[in-house]
Amino acid sequence: MAKEYHTINQVAGPLVFVGKTEPIAYGELVSIALPDGSVKRGQVLDTSDDVVVIQVFEGTGGIDRASGVKFLGETIKMPVSKDMLGRILSGSGDPLDKGPPIIPEKRLEIIGAAINPYARDNPQEFIQTGISSIDGMNTLVRGQKLPIFSGSGLPHNDIALQIARQAKVLGEKDEFAVVFAAMGITSEEAQYFMKDFERTGALKKAVVFLNLADDPAIERLLTPRLALTTAEYLAFDLDMQVLVILTDLTNYCEALRQIGAAREEVPARRGYPGYMYTDLASLYERAGRIKGKKGSITQCPILSMPGDDITHPIPDLTGYITEGQIVASRDLHRQGIYPPVAVERSLSRLMGQGIGPGHTREDHRAVSDQLYAAYAEGRDFRGLVAIVGKEALSDRDRKFLDFAAAFEDRFVRQSKDEDRTIQQTLDLGWELLSALPVDALTKIDRKFIEKYHPMNRKK
Amino acid sequence: MASGKSGRICRVAGPVVTAEGVSPRMYDVVLVGELKLMGEVIKLVGDKTVIQVYEDTSGIRPGEVVVDTGAPLQVELGPGLLSSVYDGVQRPLPVLMEKQGDFVSRGVTAPGLDRSKKWKFKPTVKKGDDLHGGMIVGEVPEGNIVHKVLLPPGVDGKVTSISEGEFTVEEPVGTLDTGHAIKLAQNWPVRSPRPYMDKLLPDIPLVTGQRVLDMLFPLAKGGTAAIPGGFGTGKTVTSQQLSKWSDAQIVVYVGCGERGNEMTEVLTTFPELEDPKSGKPLMGRTVLIANTSNMPVAAREASVYTGITIAEYYRDMGYDVSLMADSTSRWAEAMREISSRLEEMPGEEGYPAYLASRLSEFYERCGRVNTLAGPTGSISVIGAVSPSGGDFSEPVTQNTLRIVKVFWALDSKLRERRHFPAINWLTSYSLYNPILEEWYRRNVAEDWGPLRLWAMETLQKESELQEIVQLVGSDALPEEQRLTLDVARMIREFFLQQSAYHAVDTYSPLKRQYEYMNAIRHFSDLSKKAISLEVPLDKIVSLKVRADLGKLKFEETIDKDLKSILPEMDRQFAELGV
Repeated sequence: MAKEYHTINQVAGPLVFVGKTEPIAYGELVSIALPDGSVKRGQVLDTSDDVVVIQVFEGTGGIDRASGVKFLGETIKMPVSKDMLGRILSGSGDPLDKGPPIIPEKRLEIIGAAINPYARDNPQEFIQTGISSIDGMNTLVRGQKLPIFSGSGLPHNDIALQIARQAKVLGEKDEFAVVFAAMGITSEEAQYFMKDFERTGALKKAVVFLNLADDPAIERLLTPRLALTTAEYLAFDLDMQVLVILTDLTNYCEALRQIGAAREEVPARRGYPGYMYTDLASLYERAGRIKGKKGSITQCPILSMPGDDITHPIPDLTGYITEGQIVASRDLHRQGIYPPVAVERSLSRLMGQGIGPGHTREDHRAVSDQLYAAYAEGRDFRGLVAIVGKEALSDRDRKFLDFAAAFEDRFVRQSKDEDRTIQQTLDLGWELLSALPVDALTKIDRKFIEKYHPMNRKK
Repeated sequence: MASGKSGRICRVAGPVVTAEGVSPRMYDVVLVGELKLMGEVIKLVGDKTVIQVYEDTSGIRPGEVVVDTGAPLQVELGPGLLSSVYDGVQRPLPVLMEKQGDFVSRGVTAPGLDRSKKWKFKPTVKKGDDLHGGMIVGEVPEGNIVHKVLLPPGVDGKVTSISEGEFTVEEPVGTLDTGHAIKLAQNWPVRSPRPYMDKLLPDIPLVTGQRVLDMLFPLAKGGTAAIPGGFGTGKTVTSQQLSKWSDAQIVVYVGCGERGNEMTEVLTTFPELEDPKSGKPLMGRTVLIANTSNMPVAAREASVYTGITIAEYYRDMGYDVSLMADSTSRWAEAMREISSRLEEMPGEEGYPAYLASRLSEFYERCGRVNTLAGPTGSISVIGAVSPSGGDFSEPVTQNTLRIVKVFWALDSKLRERRHFPAINWLTSYSLYNPILEEWYRRNVAEDWGPLRLWAMETLQKESELQEIVQLVGSDALPEEQRLTLDVARMIREFFLQQSAYHAVDTYSPLKRQYEYMNAIRHFSDLSKKAISLEVPLDKIVSLKVRADLGKLKFEETIDKDLKSILPEMDRQFAELGV
């Protein structure tokens, strides 16, 4: 049995300093027995001959100098099993749903090793979310990590739920298993998610981790890693298609900053630690496909941009790691358009690999480029109209202006349970484009115009 | 490797490990702990040694052993580099996969070059020849090129024996009178630049086949360029296009802190691509270094040096090498992370104070040189920078811009419009234009320079006119200025926009670029004449030949079309009375 130390000589924020120990490994798991009989867990952050620094997950409240510290001789492991599907767990992996404890089939390190880039398979299977602004314009593919950049008060939760509900790979029966990790969200939000999971029966194929707003901040650092470890087990051991939803990454980063400050680290931008990029990468990069494996992990992290500022370090660093982003727009939301996807600011970097013949339809790239370009041109005229009025526009320009409005109203807008096929989405795109003069469709190959343009189809 | 003294670990804090009882030199490689994790000495304090470990240190504890290898971080240079895929410290990723499975775990070493493969060696020197360091002693066919076997710099002597035949990289192929055994491979410390005779002026362009780059903002062979851009501006596609199409014989691609999936795209598309010049697989002239964002941060810091050392080695054979570092910001962040763990006094935004000097040292390793062996070789570096929040005033971008001569400003506004490559023509620049103009004049067309100026002026005028249009609408402008707007639009939409995914449009030879821009200018000249004859602009704009000019870039027959379109233009304008 591990030795118990009573040599705590400093407690600062979430950190506990223990003196005079035997050699303790970096990253080792620690249990601290408090005088009141409760037990807290932590992890070794810094180890040397004289002092060991422990980061306590459940907060340091109640720890005194006499508390007993035990080093458990191993790094944090996650018990995983197939029976986890349908379960609701706490942010540190304990059952919350009054169900039986999970009997592990395996215990896995929660700090996942990086996938060897050479072992990765190219993500290229189109995921149909049924949302036109995503499928048509910012296509999601299996193995991608595509975050939703949102702001407070925007319906990002609804979008995430709709994706979780409707996501499918064309021509395959496999449904997605959902791993849902909540970090620091309110219990109200958590209930909203749970209700929807129960209502749609999605819970049967889901594993839920809940770290709520009043749970210790430091536990938030653990929650996504537990979720991703579970996801890796489901995907690469059990051959499942896994969709991981992480919400809200902003709370995670706040926790990271809190710990950094407690450790008196040199901060980088806006007080966030300098290693935040690497830390976030260690989460986001745990998505993808592996050669010769059937399963896959697709990630859909949600983060709320503080002050809607996309240059804030959290969305900024995220954008550098993820393969694009879906940006929610306050303007569209105010106009009552759901889903308020700011198409012009969103991007899917893997779109090119998942669309076109064999994936969606041959005209997909051309249609989406043309929609993008025409929408951008139409939006430009809005500024002009505000100054000189609609009358000053030429006939051609007015068509673009109207196009932009129609695009938002009909292409972007859809109801929360509307599941459009990719054919419907593209045909809708053509229909909207047909309001423009044909010679303005410069991004579309002639042969597609002949084949898909409504004026040619009717004939 | 000579085994040095050993000591014990006294502290572990993330990737930074402190040891005592061992006395290595600065930057020596040490093996840390029972797992023998690779690390590098970065600080000596009293009797303590501070080590930056290239792998995850979880589970390592004080008291474990530390062994000095007695040598700094080096790479193996020799035949077999081409087509390889390495991590940041030159461990071949396919070999790691065989050894450890799909995830990169720790403590595995694998030599950079295959030990068992035999190479066909043909000497180019004979017994009795007097050799000095850096000279070519023989040739080995490798990938798409002839690999020149070099004597390591600093090794001189008279050849006492040399033989033709098949050898592995470790077997001696000959000896010098000093007793030095000549081998196909050599080691070189990554942080020291390889020596050369002298540097030359970079007066030959690196032809990329990308119209906006070659015509407006060319890079010289041996030059330096920066591609900044917020995320999602097409930085990665642009640098991949450059790897595919630039006319360097060797391409070194350093994915430094890159996305795993994006690296996979490189790893899966490159082997399928053909080198447009030789028709052989593109991988046969490529070395890929992939250190994704979640791989150890210290190896990321080293990856850029590993890349440039390999580039220097091929330069020393007399080849033109282009090196893409994507992204140098991630490299700088790795420096920052390590520096902050060392509790060094931070400079701007938490970056270490030595950021600027590290960046300039790195960029100084490129250039066109006379090699020790004789022929000239070059390294052109294209460094991607990813400014936080798209803010160009941040330290990495600023320090980079002070050094590089070409700036390809990727612009997210252009991306929104699907204008690709999203390189802003107003804010980008190339300081090589005056130096290169002579070459273009001699090799492409007499009036390349003036044509380029005309295009730039038209675009500049457009941006001035746009300001007026924003206020009063384009109808308020006189016909001639509206024509300028239309011509600029043609330059932008026809010429500058280039589809990386279209089979024909993806690469545009210089001659074609010239003829294309020339055709646009011809159209502009004729239109001006037409307007002076009071032909309405609408009539000019709706000429069929204008639309054809826009579409011909996607046709297989483009070169023929470009020739026939000039007389066609004259004919259609003649119908308008010009």
